[in-house]
Amino acid sequence: MMKIKHEASERHVLTITVDNEAGILAKIAGLFTARGYNIDSLTVADITENHSVSRITIVTHGPPAVIDQIHAQLDRLVPVHKVVDLTEAGPHVERELALVKVAGTGDARVEALRLADVFRAKVVDTTTSSFVFELTGTPDKIDRFVSLMRELGLVEVGRTGVVGMMRGAEAA
Amino acid sequence: MSEERSGASILVESLVAQGVEFVFGYPGGAVLPIYDALFGDARIRHILVRHEAGAAHAAEGYARSTGKPGVVLVTSGPGATNAVTGIADAFMDSIPLVVITGQVPTGLIGSDAFQEADTVGITRHCTKHNYLVKDPSELAAIVDEAFQIATTGRPGPVVIDIPKDVQIALASWTAGPPQRPIRYNPPTTGASRDIARAIELLANAKAPIFYTGGGVINSGPRAAELLRELQEKTGAPLTSTLMGLGAFPADHPDWLGMLGMHGTYEANMAMNRADLIVAIGARFDDRVTGRLDAFSPHSTKIHIDIDRASINKTVPVDLPILGDCALVLEQLIEAWGSRKAQDLTEWKARIDGWRARKSLAYPVNKHAIMPQLAIERLFELTRAKDPIIATEVGQHQMWAAQYFHFFGPNKWLTSGGLGTMGYGLPAAIGAQLGNPDSLVIDIAGDASIQMNIQELGTATQFRLPVKVFVLNNEWMGMVRQWQELTYESRYSESYSDSLPDFVKLAEAYGWKGIRIESEADLDAGIQAMIDHPGPVIVDCLVAKEANCFPMIPSGAAHTDMILYGDEVAGTMDDAAKALV
Repeated sequence: MMKIKHEASERHVLTITVDNEAGILAKIAGLFTARGYNIDSLTVADITENHSVSRITIVTHGPPAVIDQIHAQLDRLVPVHKVVDLTEAGPHVERELALVKVAGTGDARVEALRLADVFRAKVVDTTTSSFVFELTGTPDKIDRFVSLMRELGLVEVGRTGVVGMMRGAEAA
Repeated sequence: MSEERSGASILVESLVAQGVEFVFGYPGGAVLPIYDALFGDARIRHILVRHEAGAAHAAEGYARSTGKPGVVLVTSGPGATNAVTGIADAFMDSIPLVVITGQVPTGLIGSDAFQEADTVGITRHCTKHNYLVKDPSELAAIVDEAFQIATTGRPGPVVIDIPKDVQIALASWTAGPPQRPIRYNPPTTGASRDIARAIELLANAKAPIFYTGGGVINSGPRAAELLRELQEKTGAPLTSTLMGLGAFPADHPDWLGMLGMHGTYEANMAMNRADLIVAIGARFDDRVTGRLDAFSPHSTKIHIDIDRASINKTVPVDLPILGDCALVLEQLIEAWGSRKAQDLTEWKARIDGWRARKSLAYPVNKHAIMPQLAIERLFELTRAKDPIIATEVGQHQMWAAQYFHFFGPNKWLTSGGLGTMGYGLPAAIGAQLGNPDSLVIDIAGDASIQMNIQELGTATQFRLPVKVFVLNNEWMGMVRQWQELTYESRYSESYSDSLPDFVKLAEAYGWKGIRIESEADLDAGIQAMIDHPGPVIVDCLVAKEANCFPMIPSGAAHTDMILYGDEVAGTMDDAAKALV
């Protein structure tokens, strides 16, 4: 009998600098699908004054050989200028932004606000029975906040996905 | 001096500036402005195919046999989707193509307009790069970049999708040579530290082997010369992939023949037992490696390739060298200097032992022509003419690779990566156009030839004397062989029923048709084919159930080859069946 085997994988954060041209996002996302790579999160935004270059951050996971292939496959796309594997490259910061809507009254509402303060989340919208919190941090921190809110009337979560950058004075 | 020109006219001027001689194409609504711009323009010859897949394969055959990029022009929608197989084929086999597709006018894109298809979306993952041109003022620069991308680095197909209104609208255009864009810069030479390390390994290996591929052909004829020079200096034996045949002369004593699934015993055993593999422009394809965990277990591996993504993709290597084959070979030869080659007598004696197995031997058949014999005779009788050989895909392709022998690059046109039946006839047409004085033969099977049989008309129209040599066994032979080996001879749908009469078919298209029915007629039939000045189909009736050996079955190691005379089991376990 034949069974499908799965390999142990590791998480990597890649930043990709690309020409801001039509279809580039589809090209990159499609490359991942076509070759069976994983995307945990993907963010993209134009980062230049003349709108010519975008920066994409992809969080992926896979066995080391697959991560190396992802890097190489991305690198050979014509509109891709640079690929940096932050996880490989060394100390870096990762941040994600989340909007978290919590509804409730009484103790739950007070507790939600208190925890938001602990997590340094900002209240960006409120009614007498709800809050929308804005929270920035590592994906882990957001995970923990969301899981606490689950007990206190969580209604909705929106997350941006990770953006990352090397520590220190140099560009990656 | 700049002037106003239509997009279509700018396109034609840009193609001319690139030195394009032929455009392989088929007109349709969304490319009418381009066809009008081509009308009466003697600088570019348009080759009208009968199906857009034929256009793409013909362009591939032209490119592979001349080293120049092939250019395709097709309409939107079905024109583009029909060309996709040829584009994907060129992507897998690293063939430089520039494919121009018409598109519905920009205002209609996304509206499910007549003959609209998302060509850029569909071809995104089977092109090296693609473009949707939104303004004719971008066209000249895009064409220039497209040619640069298609032909440099690891070559491949590039699609330029041009909406009809962009073909008609005016933009300013300035005559001048093509501009070289700057954003695409593939590596060229290897790092000198890596070169030194490679020489160190080569100089000290006791059982080295060169494993070369299509990259050597793509790098140009100079690469094949340099390969021979490096081989002579080091004395290491050499094997090649299907795509690399011709880069090294097949009559050289250190030539081991092709390796892999249908490679020779000596090539596969030498790969398995080598202490050093020098892979040059080859990508460790599954057809080459066999079972990965048993692939050449004791060797140090050097991998020379221009494509970083080919390094460590399936087989981890010890020393990758990123660069163009010819340039890296030049560096290696220079670094080798006046060293003396190792004494490889012992290694070569072992190889001679494997050679003695005579893995390409096949049984004698008194009643029918053995297909291997047909290829051997075809080779002997055409050898002096240094022919260009195209193939379709299947048993005949492997027999051609095994029993036809090549002495120089650009003579062997076959669909290796994608394995596209129907490739050979249009590829032969493209090759004949690029090499008008060469003998060009498509070695075909009875099933494959029918996949682009309509291109017979193209050869007739353009007076191309291509020859089609059909090994007719009335089966999809390779499918039948796999069913025999893995599915207990349950021949599900692999019989070629209702075959046309190929001789009459040839005649219907204005070709000559020759049927060879017995061994006694074989040489005369082949000679008549060679002697006829126009196109010929030879319907060579061969032994119906001959199998292609040697063979490494799915999921087996290089050392587990099936040779003629071996008992072959009628089934396999599921894990082996699941492999392609």
